[in-house]
Amino acid sequence: MAVTVKTPSVKAAPLDVARIRKDFPILSQSVRGKPLVYLDNAATSQKPRQVIDTMARVFEEHNANIHRGVYEFSERTTAEFEEARAKVARLINAPSEREVVFVRNATEGLNLVAYAWGRDNIKRGDRIVTTVLEHHSDFVPWQQLAKDVGAEVAVVDIDDDGRLRRDQVSAELRRGAKLLAITHTSNGLGTVNPVKEIAAEARAAGATVLVDVAQAVPHTPVDVQDLGADFVAFSGHKMLAPPGSGGLWGRAEILESMRPFLYGGDMISRVTVKLTEWNELPWKFEAGTSSYVDAIGLGAAVDYLSDVGVERIHAHELSLVGYLLPRLREIPGVTVYGPKDLESRVGVVSFNIEGIHPHDVATIFDREGVCVRAGHHCNQPLMTRLGVPATTRASMYLYNTTDEMDALVRAIHAAKKVFGV
Amino acid sequence: MDDMYRDYILDHYKNPRNFGELEGATHTYHDSNPLCGDELTMQLKIDDGHVDEIHFTGKGCAISQASASILTEEVKGKTLDEVKAIDRDHVLANLGIPISPARIKCALLGLKALKGAAWGLTAWPGEEVKAK
Ligand SMILES: Cc1ncc(COP(=O)(O)O)c(C=O)c1O
Repeated sequence: MAVTVKTPSVKAAPLDVARIRKDFPILSQSVRGKPLVYLDNAATSQKPRQVIDTMARVFEEHNANIHRGVYEFSERTTAEFEEARAKVARLINAPSEREVVFVRNATEGLNLVAYAWGRDNIKRGDRIVTTVLEHHSDFVPWQQLAKDVGAEVAVVDIDDDGRLRRDQVSAELRRGAKLLAITHTSNGLGTVNPVKEIAAEARAAGATVLVDVAQAVPHTPVDVQDLGADFVAFSGHKMLAPPGSGGLWGRAEILESMRPFLYGGDMISRVTVKLTEWNELPWKFEAGTSSYVDAIGLGAAVDYLSDVGVERIHAHELSLVGYLLPRLREIPGVTVYGPKDLESRVGVVSFNIEGIHPHDVATIFDREGVCVRAGHHCNQPLMTRLGVPATTRASMYLYNTTDEMDALVRAIHAAKKVFGV
Repeated sequence: MDDMYRDYILDHYKNPRNFGELEGATHTYHDSNPLCGDELTMQLKIDDGHVDEIHFTGKGCAISQASASILTEEVKGKTLDEVKAIDRDHVLANLGIPISPARIKCALLGLKALKGAAWGLTAWPGEEVKAK
């Protein structure tokens, strides 16, 4: 079956992958004598020299706690921290930096909304509409909130191609919704949801719209204003930045109406024995010493991604998927889950090999130097929907090559040989 | 040829011994490994303090299923006290292949289910707190 690469709307010049790879020190390693083939980017990405050096420079040259010291080191570190926020705001086209809250990861951002917004706004009998594609971090907070306050969670299903059932989305929203919690891009299947049109429907139905963009920001352009979202959350570590960095964006008027999430230092403007006044946005939501070096690393990662161009990265990933899918289809016993074409997807390919459990697949791949994820990918409702306990998932990024797709195919044949299937 | 997926491991995986429902089981214990989706049920028929029959059912990776299958072969005829005394080192040694830290839980799922059955448990101690 022919697969044509659908180039994203803007003409994207191909990436100079050989040059990009030189920026990632880890990629020149070998594993058990074989070149490292890193295909677990949906779990976390590798880091370029530029990010590693930026962080090392802070530690070596001007490390000091931010927002506190009245001396030069603290001022310089604070300035870089706030500059990183401005970079993130530009990347996602946030109207204002005040709306970008630094968090440790997407999970923390989503929980921040569940606690600081959810507990005051979701009431008994309210409905939360979400989908079977959600990562546990955008599912469990709503399930537990609903349980605590007596609300109801409606979970929209997918079709056999791993695409959201649009008719069900509309039907659920029409029945009334206080919150739509939806993933932009599925970490399990790679599906990109039509979030913009769904968000418009949700707003018309009176719902607040929260979008999990953890798999979107690293791989596709994300414009929060164009999306029509009220909140988005993402993790830095999936987009070339260090673990411990991440962002929550929310519309200013909603963030202002919310109570703080965590109490402590930095998030206050004035404390008396009797009462406390909150700091302004975004610091109201940044209690305690931030992971400020990680955030500065995120700023460097945003620079790197912007220099390369996220649109070009997406086109590159699609070309890899376009190369891989027909080759997987030729292998007897291989089942691919999720979208079978290049329409509205990213470089995530989930599959199983008949007669071999994904954990055995990943163990054998490891010996071929190929790193993939085997398991439920924090997507247990999705695995249940697919009727499998687990899948093997290869996920690509800007530094992967067609040679590595060939290595993946060879690893599949090696696994089949070991198991005699 | 392969240090981990030896022929006898693959043989136990593809042709598990003592596999299937056990009629008239006196002791049954089910356990799972949610991280991998491995499922395993051990069933014993205890007669006069001895394992008269043992069967298991389950699905999962080669390591969890082969380890359980090997264990059932060993246990038949043993006294309940002997079964209770089997420890993890014994099971790993019996399996006879290098097990990486990530796969230890797979290798020991059969033992955990067997212990649960032998001790007449319905839930593993400390894990009774059911998820919400
Ligand atoms: C779609 C999606 N949402 C949320 C998360 C949670 O990210 P983190 O573990 O960094 O909080 C992930 C990570 O796997 C993800 O893929």
